[in-house]
Amino acid sequence: MSVNVNRYKCGYCGACVGVCPAGALELVETWIEVEDTCTRCGVCAKICPVGALAVIK
Amino acid sequence: MKSRYDVIVVGAGPGGSITAKTCAEAGLEVLLIEKRQEIGDPVRCAEGLGKEGLIRHIQPDKRWIAAEVKGSKILAPDGTEIKMSEEASSGKAGYNLDRKVFDRALAQKAAMAGSEVMVKTRATGLLRKNGHISGINAMYMGENHEINADIVIGADGVESKIGRWGGIDTCLKPADINTCTQFLVSNIDAGEYNKFFMGEKYAPGGYLWLFPKGEHMANVGLGIIGSKCGNVRPISLLHKFMDSYMPQGKIIEIVVGGVPVCGPIERTVADNLILVGDAARQSDPLTGGGIINAMDAGKIAGEVCIRAKEEEDYSVKTLREYEDRWRATIGKELSKSLMVKNLLIKITDEQLNQLAHSLSGIDTSKMALPKVLPILFKKNPKLLWELRSLFM
Ligand SMILES: Cc1cc2nc3c(=O)[nH]c(=O)nc-3n(C[C@H](O)[C@H](O)[C@H](O)COP(=O)(O)OP(=O)(O)OC[C@H]3O[C@@H](n4cnc5c(N)ncnc54)[C@H](O)[C@@H]3O)c2cc1C
Ligand code: SF4
Ligand code: SF4
Repeated sequence: MSVNVNRYKCGYCGACVGVCPAGALELVETWIEVEDTCTRCGVCAKICPVGALAVIK
Repeated sequence: MKSRYDVIVVGAGPGGSITAKTCAEAGLEVLLIEKRQEIGDPVRCAEGLGKEGLIRHIQPDKRWIAAEVKGSKILAPDGTEIKMSEEASSGKAGYNLDRKVFDRALAQKAAMAGSEVMVKTRATGLLRKNGHISGINAMYMGENHEINADIVIGADGVESKIGRWGGIDTCLKPADINTCTQFLVSNIDAGEYNKFFMGEKYAPGGYLWLFPKGEHMANVGLGIIGSKCGNVRPISLLHKFMDSYMPQGKIIEIVVGGVPVCGPIERTVADNLILVGDAARQSDPLTGGGIINAMDAGKIAGEVCIRAKEEEDYSVKTLREYEDRWRATIGKELSKSLMVKNLLIKITDEQLNQLAHSLSGIDTSKMALPKVLPILFKKNPKLLWELRSLFM
């Protein structure tokens, strides 16, 4: 996985899904799933209101 | 669940429910799906709206009205207060809703009109036949289903994946989204006005709001422009505000979310596909308000589906009517708001104070923003020159 989701922080709002240029994110019930089309661009991590996402370097 | 419908609506927010209701009332076979197991929950909204827009769609009901407000107060960074949007006749200009109850009431209307409704049902892809969209893949309780329809409505909110699957680029850039955190705060004096705190010091590229929700309670939240997010997060700015301005406040709910603020996107229909509401990026770039726009767009989308069914043509040729109609109404307002927003994010706190001071001695309390803006422009032509095309 290329983006680390802190499930304990995430408020499952779906904002990250709306900005992912690769369409790699999906909000399922109360968690975010990351598909391997992720390019590690970091946009999702930048806009998350609570800082629940981190790109794995 | 049947294996085919006239229309499948994905997402039971205000946009989706009104679309489904409009179609079902005309006798179309409609399926409304919602991936959450509880419609409207968790809330991703400050829940404020004007009366006028609401009653176009539904009669106010005290089960989902948390508070009525007299109007708005805009607060400049230095504390200068501008009163706006008071309603002369009733003395009440707007409602703050309980969206958990409101969204469910709208879905209930769609159901009573004849739509089938499925919750905990997530669209996972689009079906295609001969290159055309012919329905959706959906997952219900861990099982995959194929459901056919002549038209798919993407009313799937900020995520807007239906549009992308259908070839419409709805991806938001960081500058196109306001990223928000809100607390439902108790043990405070909420007042009788919706308050908007402007300025970099509260919310870079956005604003901080306080919307009363009944006695001693308010939605207190803020949104910042995504491009300014990262080093600083909405949640930490909001905690900072609470510490300084309402230390006695008690947080009884946390809401997070993103509002599209990009203005009209290039395309919201494709063959057999219509996007509605936040999914079509129809929320207001300046205020972030999107409930009424989503419902207005849903109404238009429903009417266009009815016509498409009559003509048995589900291609862009027929569906384009939706595009034309929402752009002529909602779209125009979005474009204006976008211009104002683009200017506001560049303005310094000092300049915001200057704008507020320029209104001193003028009674704006009965005016809405479209009336106040020309006055601001007249008094501050240099600062607001970018907006001249709105007034000249
Ligand atoms: C913090 C915040 C404050 C706001 N404050 C206000 C305000 O005060 N006033 C105002 O007017 N607007 C406000 N807005 C905007 C407003 O909430 C939205 O514009 C409005 O909810 C849009 O309605 P909608 O029907 O388009 O989408 P939504 O209400 O977002 O509904 C979309 C639905 O689709 C569902 N969905 C998504 N994907 C799928 C899928 N694959 N399958 C099935 N279902 C799916 C979602 O679960 C969701 O229930 C605010 C937004 C935020 C984030
Ligand atoms: S933006 Fe952040 S809080 Fe919202 S769903 Fe994505 S990871 Fe969770
Ligand atoms: S890092 Fe970029 S590509 Fe990967 S999930 Fe986040 S937004 Fe999508």
